[in-house]
Amino acid sequence: MKKVLMKGNEALAQGAIDGGCRSYFGYPITPSSEIAEYMARKLPLLGGVFLQAESELAAINMVYGAAATGARVMTATSGPGMSLKQEGISFLAEAELPCLLVNISRGGPGLGGIQPAQSDYFQATRGGGHGDYHIMVLAPNNVQEMMDFAIEGFALADHYRIPVMIMAEGTLGQMMEPVIQRESVPLLTDKPWATDGCKNRKPNIINTLHLSPDVLEQRNMILSDKYQEIKRSEKKAETFMIEDADYIVVAFGLLSRVAKKAIMELRQQGMKMGLIRPITLWPFPDEVIHQAAPQVKKFISIEISMGQMIEDVRLAVNGMAPVEFMGRIGSVPSPQEITRRLAQMVEGEIK
Amino acid sequence: MEKQVLFAGFGGQGVLSMGNFLTHVALNSGKEVAFVPSYGAEMRGGTANCLVTISDEEISSPLTDSPAMAVIMNRPSLDKFEGKIMSRGTLVINSSLVDRKPAREDLLIYELEVNKLLEGLDNERSGNMVLLGAYIEKTGIVDIDKALENFSQIFHGKSDEFIKSNRKAFLAGIEYARRHW
Amino acid sequence: MKVVAKKPESLTEAKYHYCPGCTHGIIHRLIAEVMDELQIREETIGICPVGCAVLAYNYFNCDMLEAAHGRAPAVATGIKRLLPQNTVFTYQGDGDLASIGLGEIMHASIRGELITVFFVNNAIYGMTGGQMAPTTLLGQVTTTSPYGRKKEDSGYPVKMAEILALNQGSAYISRVSLHNPANVIKAKKAIKKALETQKNREGFSMVEILSTCPTNWGMNPLEALKWLEQEMIPYYPLGDFVSKKEA
Ligand SMILES: Cc1ncc(C[n+]2csc(CCOP(=O)(O)OP(=O)(O)O)c2C)c(N)n1
Repeated sequence: MKKVLMKGNEALAQGAIDGGCRSYFGYPITPSSEIAEYMARKLPLLGGVFLQAESELAAINMVYGAAATGARVMTATSGPGMSLKQEGISFLAEAELPCLLVNISRGGPGLGGIQPAQSDYFQATRGGGHGDYHIMVLAPNNVQEMMDFAIEGFALADHYRIPVMIMAEGTLGQMMEPVIQRESVPLLTDKPWATDGCKNRKPNIINTLHLSPDVLEQRNMILSDKYQEIKRSEKKAETFMIEDADYIVVAFGLLSRVAKKAIMELRQQGMKMGLIRPITLWPFPDEVIHQAAPQVKKFISIEISMGQMIEDVRLAVNGMAPVEFMGRIGSVPSPQEITRRLAQMVEGEIK
Repeated sequence: MEKQVLFAGFGGQGVLSMGNFLTHVALNSGKEVAFVPSYGAEMRGGTANCLVTISDEEISSPLTDSPAMAVIMNRPSLDKFEGKIMSRGTLVINSSLVDRKPAREDLLIYELEVNKLLEGLDNERSGNMVLLGAYIEKTGIVDIDKALENFSQIFHGKSDEFIKSNRKAFLAGIEYARRHW
Repeated sequence: MKVVAKKPESLTEAKYHYCPGCTHGIIHRLIAEVMDELQIREETIGICPVGCAVLAYNYFNCDMLEAAHGRAPAVATGIKRLLPQNTVFTYQGDGDLASIGLGEIMHASIRGELITVFFVNNAIYGMTGGQMAPTTLLGQVTTTSPYGRKKEDSGYPVKMAEILALNQGSAYISRVSLHNPANVIKAKKAIKKALETQKNREGFSMVEILSTCPTNWGMNPLEALKWLEQEMIPYYPLGDFVSKKEA
């Protein structure tokens, strides 16, 4: 198929449509609004539902309702909007309702700014609302993946009955790259649990209230088993030149591509550098990191935050090697800057 | 080969359209491409810019601190980006809106008084296409004929009038580069 | 030399960031002039919305806060309850007040909160680039109503002044417009009356101000003023909806 140029946000929206999504509920916010605007143009023509909710709080609960009917449904937002959605996400997780959530992330806390950021990592990977839950988090690093992960996200969501989030820096939503649209994608799964009218079956109930302590614990155990299974099956990472690396950079999202460029540059200067790029942020791909650790002199976690993923890197390394941090806020650092700072970080040891 | 070009100017000067156009032509010439715009409130404040990467191979970083080329539409953008252009790189300037000479001596510098050229075209709005035409003609970053071929596809959905006047401006830029650069 | 027009003391020297033809600047000035006339600058605390006026804290020369999107009336409540003698106002757009913040504005009015709200109705989301607002007119094209607002999908444009007038806590509710000088003068009178309502502890007060957004309406400033007059005013009638003192 022919390559076409698309904005990251629009590719993601088109991917969702290709993945069978015909319903969208959201509230505008920069730098994610193009997703809503794309859906506003396309979904009505496909007989789908586009609704601009009065707030993110309303939007996420509309998603709750739509997901309960068995439909493929999504919402997209950024920073402050994602904070408002946390209550609803906790409910979606416990009710085991599949849906696609998108965070085209910008810098916080508070209103922050609209520039690219990765500082919602904790919120996304720890289950940002109340209670004991996780959602799956995918981090694309190019526009093609924005599209592909939207398709894959729905498949994962339906398979595990879990909310799946795509988290991408604002720049990735705004930039354009060529994409190839997939010809055909898996069809909708059967959802016997859906509350879509009880004709010819017993009524279904979707709820999150478990007043009896035993039932509550049971529910948490069922969820926990599911999370363990996802951890066993769905961890994903990309590696680049780690086999002989003395130093391994860990970076995700668009930033991982910038880091890769810096690593290629440093390789040319004779420094043995490699890259591990987590593709799933939850479940975190700890095994690749753990396995590499004994041979490595140092790990460097590069993030557009003040240091969040580094905690997962440290857990994975488990004391076998030092883990250091390089961070920026308010912009994606350039390859030149990363090259310079990485060189400084390892200089002492090479001499 | 990988080349990175920065386009910068005021919001509303069509800076993003310049990058957008070049990216499309490069893609249609079989290249790998990436287009990264400045976005949101950043633009309302004044300057807008975008960075285009064109490569024969897969593009790792679509970002850079030091592009090989810069096409500058106003004075604040020259002040902001002149120091960043790669050594021995190319700097193209709309000298109608830049009231100083660049200080760098290690760059290939091309200047064009865009507004003056527009006066003869009864078209005040397509200054971006003038400079883009001249820039592409001079550097050969993409094939100029390929660019001309792509006009109606890239501006798909715009009025014939619009396409015609942009094409005219683009041709005027090419003409200028052939004669003066 | 006689000074004919001088910057009110209640405005700072900062240059506005608003687009050409936007009416936020006029509204700022009217509020500031009234603050000067009532001599309340030093006792006033203002709360900015999230919207194009998010930076209004740079323009008003009094204590200012910025609130989360839609929450200004709740923040104002917190301030007013702790500082009952001070003047407290919020400044909000239609997305901020009538969409995400509907709960907060409703309950501030229900409680008869002694605050004054300046509600800028420009029928669109300005700051985020022209999406539909609850006040967007039927048929109006925005980036999230690309085929024009349809009542079947998004309901009817919300009339906040009329709605809030139903709450007994509301003491002064008025709708004004800025499409010509005569109406600008009326708008200023309403702003003054609203702040006096608060001073006199009569109850909640709000002035809804019909405004233009040439950039996102895709018009030049003159066309925008005309559109306001011809399209918005017939749907959003001007005048006082509650005025307790008169009653
Ligand atoms: C929780 C949250 N959701 C969304 C946004 C994005 N946002 C900023 S301003 C705005 C609406 C602006 O419109 P309006 O209130 O009408 O004011 P105007 O800009 O037109 O003056 C939105 C949706 C945000 N900042 N926070």
